[in-house]
Amino acid sequence: MATDDTNRRNLLKGAAAIGAVAAGSQLLPGAARYAQAQSSAPIKIGFQVHRTGIGAAYGRWYDRTTKAAAKLINDEGGINGRPIEIVAEDDGTDPKRGAEVIEKFATKHECDVAFGTLFSHVVIGSAPRAGELKLPYFVVSEGHHVASGMLNRYTLQPGITDVKSQVQSMAPWVADNLGKKVTMIYPDFAFGHDHRDYFSEAIERRGGNVIAKIAIPPRETSFFKYLPKIPKETEVLYHVMVGPGVLTFVKEMGEYFGDKRPEIFGFIDSLEAVDITSPGLEFLEGSHFWEGYPRYAGKDQSAHDKFYREAVGVDDTGASLSDPKDVSTFAHMFGCWETLHILKAGMEAADYKGPKDRQALIEAVENMDVFPESRAHPQGSKLFNGRTHQAFGHQHISRVEGGKLVPVHKTSIFDTFYEDETDYTKMSF
Amino acid sequence: MNLLDYLPFDLPHPALLAAGMLEGTVLAAVLALTALGLSIVFGIMRVVNVAHGEFYMLGAVLAWFITHTVSGIIGGPPWLGFALALIIAPLIVAALAAATDWLVLKRLNYDPEATIVATIGILYIIQQLALTFYGPDARPVEAPFDFRVQLPWFGYSGYKLCVVGAAILLMLIVWLILARTKIGLIMRATQYDRETAQAFGIPVDKVYAGVFALGAGLAAIGAVLIVPIQQAHYLMGGDPLLLSFIVVILGGLGSLKGTLVAAIFIGLSDGIISTLYEPTLAKILATLLVAMVLVFRPQGLFGARAA
Amino acid sequence: MIRSVLLHGFVIAALIALEPLLSEYHHGNLARIMVLAVYATGYNILFGYTGLLSLGHAMFFAAGMYGCALMIRLAEWSVGPAFIVGVICALIAGIIVGFLALRTIGVGFMIVTLMFAEASYLTILYYNEYTRGDEGFTIAQSVRTIAGLDLSDTTTRYFSALTLFSICLIASAAVVQSKAGRVLVAIRENEDRVRMLGFDPFRYKLFALILSAVMAGSAGAAYAVLFGYAGASFAAVQYSIFPLLWVLLGGPGTTLGPLLGTVLMFYLVDYASGTIMPGLAAMVETQFGIEAPGLASAYLLLVGVALVLLVLFAPKGLLGTLRARMIPWLP
Repeated sequence: MATDDTNRRNLLKGAAAIGAVAAGSQLLPGAARYAQAQSSAPIKIGFQVHRTGIGAAYGRWYDRTTKAAAKLINDEGGINGRPIEIVAEDDGTDPKRGAEVIEKFATKHECDVAFGTLFSHVVIGSAPRAGELKLPYFVVSEGHHVASGMLNRYTLQPGITDVKSQVQSMAPWVADNLGKKVTMIYPDFAFGHDHRDYFSEAIERRGGNVIAKIAIPPRETSFFKYLPKIPKETEVLYHVMVGPGVLTFVKEMGEYFGDKRPEIFGFIDSLEAVDITSPGLEFLEGSHFWEGYPRYAGKDQSAHDKFYREAVGVDDTGASLSDPKDVSTFAHMFGCWETLHILKAGMEAADYKGPKDRQALIEAVENMDVFPESRAHPQGSKLFNGRTHQAFGHQHISRVEGGKLVPVHKTSIFDTFYEDETDYTKMSF
Repeated sequence: MNLLDYLPFDLPHPALLAAGMLEGTVLAAVLALTALGLSIVFGIMRVVNVAHGEFYMLGAVLAWFITHTVSGIIGGPPWLGFALALIIAPLIVAALAAATDWLVLKRLNYDPEATIVATIGILYIIQQLALTFYGPDARPVEAPFDFRVQLPWFGYSGYKLCVVGAAILLMLIVWLILARTKIGLIMRATQYDRETAQAFGIPVDKVYAGVFALGAGLAAIGAVLIVPIQQAHYLMGGDPLLLSFIVVILGGLGSLKGTLVAAIFIGLSDGIISTLYEPTLAKILATLLVAMVLVFRPQGLFGARAA
Repeated sequence: MIRSVLLHGFVIAALIALEPLLSEYHHGNLARIMVLAVYATGYNILFGYTGLLSLGHAMFFAAGMYGCALMIRLAEWSVGPAFIVGVICALIAGIIVGFLALRTIGVGFMIVTLMFAEASYLTILYYNEYTRGDEGFTIAQSVRTIAGLDLSDTTTRYFSALTLFSICLIASAAVVQSKAGRVLVAIRENEDRVRMLGFDPFRYKLFALILSAVMAGSAGAAYAVLFGYAGASFAAVQYSIFPLLWVLLGGPGTTLGPLLGTVLMFYLVDYASGTIMPGLAAMVETQFGIEAPGLASAYLLLVGVALVLLVLFAPKGLLGTLRARMIPWLP
């Protein structure tokens, strides 16, 4: 706890300082910016995207969000007066191809930085190559891999929170509002184990406990047979699932329980890119979801949220403007938008001119501390921990009401803190 | 001491066992139907059709297009779209398979190794065309009807139980065609001895195209039946392919009875073992069990000699 | 024989000579391709020469990868001994799988190897406490050294990959041109006749399978230490199919086919996904006004078309066809 408080104080101090600096630097942009721009050649951003493979549904929306953010940045004058160019390459949701794509960005396309991608195994497979090629690699993955210290100085995750902070910040609310005896269902992947471990710990701190842990093997297409493993005394069912089978999973839960269900708390990953009004999902009425960013625009929608949705082409229900059946990966894809804006801020702070300034760029981002809610950060304010290369932000809990996700709780950023597990700033470049 | 103490697992709760058996039965039914197509192609043409799973996927994707058109654009009820999908999707897939046979397999003279390579190529082509025109999302198809059957411990999808019935009915029809009609006789004659059949005036080329189309059509029917339970996705063909393969080999080459028994064996062993152990460990054990059956009975359960 | 020695010597010399000439991009690609070509070379001994089509070789690749990477991660061994452990793991896996799977032939062999590989893949996930499951783990740059050489350095990496590839290529060429190699080919053509001639086909097949597994495992271990990552996706079924495709393209039963196939497939996928298909999609959009985002990502379509054309017009792979038409002495 003491460490948490120290962290908090440090971050707050830093926040105030950086706030002042940021405000100051905004006073002298224009002239200096154009004078320094020696070349108007675009800044090349290598975008590693899941176009094929099991991450493709995410990749499509990461792509749209990235294009929208790039367009906005270019319309507003680019970075240091230079336009940005997104160089997209498919990683096939595969770590080997991911690493190859990173090499291609560095050595063939001669990108200034690399960016993108969601699935943890692709990030972990690619990061060593990014580090060796000294290519700044900004990931939008949610994984705890960055903050755990497993990766390197060149890999950062400033635009999206990690699974450890998401999961542990949910536990107090779940224990206080839904119940203390929890059964967890999760994929038998490292990502699922992170949920299992961090949630179990956090709920025990709140006097609850996890009474059963059901790990679903990969590529499973039928989930029903595992559901009777849920103990009768379960008060809360905690579920998180990924991949093309998510809708089947949730529908089969409905068939299994009928109207006599325990409280259900799920991570929206289980229904990301899925229409919540799909037939068979009626039983979710009254259940709760974690959302990184609420899919349905609430009554108190901010101007930034409105602007962001319009720019990306998403309506108030999180679906595509051109096809209401085409539901976005709303809880995750904002990370691309925010990361590109952080990249812009970082490059401007480092006065980035070319690959020789990559180190300065990393240091500039490491020195960042706070991202206030703004057009660049529509999801909300975030604090950035430069030592662990990881951002921390608000998490949301929504309740399904009338076939919509209605936000009912927003955590404080401090609920998501945990002790540092590494200090990248002590590593050499 | 109780003898039960020596079992290498805890006895499952009846609810768990019931769920495992039910799910195993549904898996077995769909698998039998899908594997039947592969088995016929394998048995009669001696062709290992690696693209079989993609014909299955295509059936599901076409079912989405058809039901989407009927309910979304014309505004018809879900059952109408589904009924149309059940007829049209397998026909389109069968036609495509016949074209594949004529364009590629025939030119390879059905050489076993070459057809494996060719069908791997066709696998990629179909899969990528689905990605191009249908996209990477998993999309649901509404069931033609659905009701929930309440069992003592939990509820179960009535539609799933109907799928089992439909699969049994379809298999009976296929069996009748093969065993009792002239078409079936011709197919069996071709299987028995291709050259002699040709000498007796059987149009072997047409029989082969027809058999290949029938096999693909059966996969597509299985997919249309399953797609209200799962979703249509461009990568969904992989698992049915592998499982069908396993079923066909385990059953014994060209033995339809073997295919059926193997499908039931695979479905139920997967369902029941999953109740005894942790899920992933259960998958490992079920996989090794099947491998070991083949290792110690290489000709399969009902095969006379290995191929 | 002399022609064969000259040919293989020339290929290795060419790979050495290319090193300073290649652009950084192709340099990096070729290092990875050589590691994967080791995998393909091993696969070719079993498939190309002995006629056994395995759908489970990813388990040997993964045995090498994990045997090596886990020794570094958990026991903090250095790269050299850990690499040897990886190769030994693949050897043991080869022996066990060989004794069991070689009881079957043809499609039965495909299925049994497939299922053993699937069980191996799931085992990696099941013991996620050590393996970190699907996510895998990195191997720190600082420990990736051998004899004082930094394996993450591009030149060292290139020559390490080349050394391993050369050893496997020479071993492969030596085996297939030996008496044992001719027995393997005879088994492929007619196993019964080999038995009648007094050879025990099982022993030869087991030898081929183990050699093949060891090469696959050494490629897996090399990938882990050269590229700093081990993950379960390398044990999944598509990594069993890749070497089959590479060998089919290059020419099964030719010593250099695996390298050629791996190079061609790599660049086919690379250009198709980065250039050809997005270009095609853009063309469709400008010419016909149809947005086709799916087309841009459908690069495996070209792989599919290539395979169908290959089997129709060059069924023995590129080098196999070359041997049949022009260079009969090609090993």
